[in-house]
Amino acid sequence: MATLKELRLRIRSIRSTQKITSAQKMVAASRLRRAQEQAEAARPYAQRMERMLGSLAASLQGRVNATPLLAGTGSDQTQLLLVMTSDRGLAGGFNAAIIRETRRLIRELEAAGKAVKLVTLGRKGRDALRRDQRQRLIESRVEIGRPRLRFEEVETIAAALLALYADHQFDICTVIFNHFHSAISQVVTRQQLIPFSPPEAAHDHDEAADRGIYEFEPEEAEILNELLPRNLAIQIYTALLDSIASEWGARMTAMDNATRNAGDMINDLTITYNRSRQAAITKELIEIISGAEAL
Amino acid sequence: MAATLQFELVSPERLLRSEPVEMVVVPGSEGNFGVLPGHALLISTVRPGLIEIYEGGKVREQLFVAGGFAEVNAERCTVLADEAVPLPDLNRAVLEGEARELEARLNTTQDDDVRNHARRQLVVVNAKLTALGAPSPH
Repeated sequence: MATLKELRLRIRSIRSTQKITSAQKMVAASRLRRAQEQAEAARPYAQRMERMLGSLAASLQGRVNATPLLAGTGSDQTQLLLVMTSDRGLAGGFNAAIIRETRRLIRELEAAGKAVKLVTLGRKGRDALRRDQRQRLIESRVEIGRPRLRFEEVETIAAALLALYADHQFDICTVIFNHFHSAISQVVTRQQLIPFSPPEAAHDHDEAADRGIYEFEPEEAEILNELLPRNLAIQIYTALLDSIASEWGARMTAMDNATRNAGDMINDLTITYNRSRQAAITKELIEIISGAEAL
Repeated sequence: MAATLQFELVSPERLLRSEPVEMVVVPGSEGNFGVLPGHALLISTVRPGLIEIYEGGKVREQLFVAGGFAEVNAERCTVLADEAVPLPDLNRAVLEGEARELEARLNTTQDDDVRNHARRQLVVVNAKLTALGAPSPH
């Protein structure tokens, strides 16, 4: 049985931990709101880009001179995985889920005889994958989007990927990130970035009928050559924003749970403390009374 | 009120404008083009330059864009800009400083990436200066 003093110290230490976690929860909540706003603000561009690509792809359909970014390299031998994690921990299962999925995917692809390469964004992913996947890790970046993700920053990532692609370092690029489902739930999501697959299915029914024939200035292929690299940057940008919002959501939930757990522990310990204090008092009283009776 | 079309200007980071306009002139990469309601379907790339919004036959607003894409149909003109700034927000002195700095960097660096990046930025800065230098005749 712990002494009263030990219990008191224990309670005090948990109380200060609780203060930290509850402050972190508050910080996470405000960062989450900002991240969501930013993700929201980026949506119009992505939507319109998608619509434009849909029109272009429809007009290019069946033509053979499509660029490698659209048509692929004709092989799927080398797979590049772009892994998005956070830089900091204390976000519940946020990073662990991504890393688990990455490892699973590597096993799956290699069992199918493919070669796998990794590019990580975020310190946690780099640190974890560097341990057992060192030979596959070709590039990693940390401290992205601090304090705020800027599009320019993403453009350099996209440019690096495009350079690797032009250099025939990989055939297919897939991004793995946490999709923001709600503040308390994140869904590990995979999305193929290169070669780009136009979202035809979604567009076929709504606008196709009154779409008509577009005029292009300059011609389709040239526009496509400019549009596709930009679209890659946009897709990475939206995925990163999604991932950042998820990160703060996960951290907020984790910190909320930690705060609540600390509260439970404090309650339990306080009861134990009061009981043992009472027990000590009772014991002393019994001693006094029995001492008096013995006289 | 004359017929209008919906003009949308979007940068990757946010939606900048979405409003009805009477006419808008976009700096296409193969020449400026004016868009009135009922325009034919068109997709074009955009070069660095000025977008002009017209109202009552006069320029109401000028916006600088650093390149991008435009999609036009009968009711809508959407410009996906790499970067967009209202013309009055551009400052000649600041831009000239930037241009000098970029040129200095171009001359001193050995790194190809840095050089290409600086060169691209310089094109944009120079386009901004040109936009400032040629105020609209209105």
